[in-house]
Amino acid sequence: MKNLNQLTVSEAKARLKAKDFTSVELATACISQIKKYKQELNAFITIIEKEALEQSAKADKLIADGHDLPLLGIPLALKDLFSTKGIKTTAASNVLKNYIPEYDATTVKKLKDAGAIILGKTNLDAWAHGSSGENSDFGPTRNPWNTKYVPGGSSSGSAVSVASDMCLAATGTDTGGSIRLPACFNNVVGLKPTYGRVSRYGIIAMASSLDSVGHFTKTVGDSALLFNVTAGQDIMDGTTLPEPVFDFTRSLEKGIKGLKIGIPKEFVTKDIDREVKVAFEKSVKIFEELGAKIFEVSLPYTEYGIAAYYIIQPSEVSSNLARYDGIRYGADRGSFGDEAKRRIMLGTFTLSSGYYDAYYKKAMQVRTLIKKDFDDAFENIDALISPVCPTLPWKLGEKINDPLKMYLSDALTVTANIAGIPSLSVPAGFSSNKLPIGIQIMGKQLSEELLFQIGSAFEKQTNYYKEKPLLR
Amino acid sequence: MIPLRKKPTTQLPRGLALSYNNLMKIDITHVAKLANLQLNSQEKEKFEKQLSETLTYVGKLNSIDTKGVEPTSQVTGLENVIREDQIKPSLTQEKALSNTFSEHNGMFKVKAILE
Repeated sequence: MKNLNQLTVSEAKARLKAKDFTSVELATACISQIKKYKQELNAFITIIEKEALEQSAKADKLIADGHDLPLLGIPLALKDLFSTKGIKTTAASNVLKNYIPEYDATTVKKLKDAGAIILGKTNLDAWAHGSSGENSDFGPTRNPWNTKYVPGGSSSGSAVSVASDMCLAATGTDTGGSIRLPACFNNVVGLKPTYGRVSRYGIIAMASSLDSVGHFTKTVGDSALLFNVTAGQDIMDGTTLPEPVFDFTRSLEKGIKGLKIGIPKEFVTKDIDREVKVAFEKSVKIFEELGAKIFEVSLPYTEYGIAAYYIIQPSEVSSNLARYDGIRYGADRGSFGDEAKRRIMLGTFTLSSGYYDAYYKKAMQVRTLIKKDFDDAFENIDALISPVCPTLPWKLGEKINDPLKMYLSDALTVTANIAGIPSLSVPAGFSSNKLPIGIQIMGKQLSEELLFQIGSAFEKQTNYYKEKPLLR
Repeated sequence: MIPLRKKPTTQLPRGLALSYNNLMKIDITHVAKLANLQLNSQEKEKFEKQLSETLTYVGKLNSIDTKGVEPTSQVTGLENVIREDQIKPSLTQEKALSNTFSEHNGMFKVKAILE
């Protein structure tokens, strides 16, 4: 018998409706789990217990009155990059350690309007700058599968909170892999949607042409349920797409017989860790068993992904972080941590007079070529699969003094951001020392429904998501 | 595994890598000034090394021939997104000032920028 906090969103929804238990009981179980592992995992920056229980009580009343909302009474956590009215929003940086927004991000408002209960704000690499979860000014998050290892970043606390059953789902942002990498390192499902499919309004900006807003869930079906709430055009974000939204769960049971799935050969090179490769090859066999046709495809510009990304992203970071002047809100620029300083300076340099053409313009041209690689591939196939990270989770401290080495952890994830395509990270097994391994399923822009369909078939066949970290 | 018939239309460029292995140097003092960041000498030394390594790495883009390739800044192709120019409720003056440490008579107080 599962504890309440271990339920998936869809299980909890059905049982709340059946009045098996109350939303207050569900939220209480989550909060007690958050508190129990607060020190050990450092997944949360702010816990909002009182408000959460008040909202749960309201949800219970609505349920009793027969109301039905998509996430009514479901406890969630938010990456501390999402503005929350009246609740501290820090970006895990000392610059914003006392900042209290006067408004909710659009995504937060949508989740609340759908009946979700916000339990708290999760830890991250400050400003979402990082691949390990160690760059937080409030201390590193730890991997619940083995606390000596990194949980992956930047959405470290959100991934850990879902993996360790502190909430039923959590939000994240993915600029170069910040949802998929921690999802992969924690054995949970992570969705990076199409650029512009979910509003960025009110989410502290990292690199505006790459940022996409997604979430972590225990199952692929739950990911679709949340996407039903968050996707859609927003007048407050001019880059949101006008395409209509529909029920993204409608293809979950369709199976994948006859689908054409490509393996980009540049993603599965000799640089990939042996155990990651073995798990990936095993996954490919499962897709074949499920009836998909597997093709090898070539995305020749993949190897330039990180180089283009480390020009485009810091350039946009330097511009977005220029607003922090310590006057209107937040502390002064002396409070930025090392990684923010590095990226601000790198971007300032690549955008500076005389260097713009050689760096930023060049990278934007390479962006065209990387996008064309994907466009060409998707003319012939339905989706691409690859490992999420070239390596297994690494030990805390291992890469912290070598920024370039840390940056290369995102080699397999950045190109999806560069091309604006969606990608779903799903659990794909474990290493010999029981650390999670994941694969990502990428599709053309606006193909999230197909990614859920593929991910769901794979998940039902493998059931890796049922394995949980052994927390002391 | 079935090999895909269609050859990808984009090919790896054959151009030579330009000075890819030479370490790029960055004038850290100048860049920090442009970025309005104060660095001590230890930080300067550390960041100069780390940023030079990163710049050297990204220099690998020089080996790609991008002549005639249009830059992409907007990946989904949306253009000229506009909305009705209507006044809507927004933050009150009090709320807009709620997070500042530097207020005077209901306004943000800033340092003089003119002598």
